[in-house]
Amino acid sequence: MIREFAGADVVYLLLAARWTVALAIMAMLGGGLLGLVIAALRIVPFKPANWLAILYINLIQGTPLLGQLFIFFFGLPLIGIQVDAWTAAAISLSIYAAAFFGEIWRGALQSVSIRQWEAGASLGLTYGQRLFYVVLPQALRVAVAPTVGFLVQLIKNTSLTALIGFVELTRAGQIISGATFAPLRVYLVVAVVYFVICFSLSQMSRRLERKLHVAR
Amino acid sequence: MSLVELTQIRKSFGPVEVLKGVSLKVEKGEIVAIIGRSGSGKSTLLRCINGLEQVQAGRILVAGIDVTARNADLNALRERAGMVFQSYNLFPHLDVERNVTLALKLVKKLDREAAGKVARDVVTRVGLAEKLHAYPDELSGGQQQRVAIARSLAMQPALMLFDEITSALDPELVGEVLRVLEGVAKEGMTMMLVTHEMNFAKNVADRVIFMHEGRIHEDGPAREILQTPRTAELGSFLSAVLH
Repeated sequence: MIREFAGADVVYLLLAARWTVALAIMAMLGGGLLGLVIAALRIVPFKPANWLAILYINLIQGTPLLGQLFIFFFGLPLIGIQVDAWTAAAISLSIYAAAFFGEIWRGALQSVSIRQWEAGASLGLTYGQRLFYVVLPQALRVAVAPTVGFLVQLIKNTSLTALIGFVELTRAGQIISGATFAPLRVYLVVAVVYFVICFSLSQMSRRLERKLHVAR
Repeated sequence: MSLVELTQIRKSFGPVEVLKGVSLKVEKGEIVAIIGRSGSGKSTLLRCINGLEQVQAGRILVAGIDVTARNADLNALRERAGMVFQSYNLFPHLDVERNVTLALKLVKKLDREAAGKVARDVVTRVGLAEKLHAYPDELSGGQQQRVAIARSLAMQPALMLFDEITSALDPELVGEVLRVLEGVAKEGMTMMLVTHEMNFAKNVADRVIFMHEGRIHEDGPAREILQTPRTAELGSFLSAVLH
């Protein structure tokens, strides 16, 4: 049965967009925490930890996200672990995000000159005080733009979870498009919703950067 | 006991031995200028004294703290031995006042008010009272370096180390920094300065040390050393920098 693409369908899409946002937030939190660990492993003066982090980063960055999604969704049940689409999506997106966050934050930390560490040391600050009061505030300013840039990518990448049947914005678009046979209009609305989410995020980032710059 | 005592210190970077057995005593209140060609080990010597570099051999005592001990409390040492760098190294995200108060609050545990008062005092001493709320990138190199001196002074160290602090400055900005240094010297601070300002060394320092190829080559009263060098190496160095 084919019906018109109507207002109710737009509402359905908007409701599905909540899952896109929820998934992005999950990946941001999970990936953020794991990313901190990866960044730390990457810079501690202990070679095996560095190697482990580099292996992780290369493995995740060097394979397609879709493949990672499939491994968690179809692979885990093969070894007896049952996962639903939401869990598989949240886990694989977190693991994916961590590889990128880890590298972004390591770069931001290392962009602060060793002389800033020395200046802190020469005033008698402890290692932790140097990190928290001298280096991190400067690294944060450097990290905002690439972090948000990656978050925008992450939001768009949540659309891949449609392929394991998770009903977020893109999957909802597929469903409505199938029912109304109006793919152009449906996907146009879907695209606009993605745009609004991503655009507001980058605007927020711009404001944050300006604020951090004013406060140095 | 001397304020600073170095005994036969050796320091290598990889295969390159930069300090080849340096021994030195500096008394409280002394102002020591360290001169020498680049690569002679003079900056490394200063950096070893406050533990920024670890020595391979020898012993360093500063204000009774053994810097070379395995479990040396380097933070306590650095509270007593301030250091000012060639590249200023102010914290770019903090204004002048907070550059000075950060360590006062974290290390000296002063409250905001007390730390603020110290900051105003030292910043006034270096002639920058009106820049208290400026950020480093709003200051000239000379002004930044004066703030760096103030930041170090605020900690009331027993010893101050100055590592070529005018070398990165435009020539017309050198004078203002040297005047601040003279002021600090007059107040009786113990100072060790690596410098290329020979006139300053002659007029302000009590003592000059000439480093050559990782060793102390000449050591004596400033005027005597600079006016009548005993060795050919110092003679040729002086004629190279003075002309």
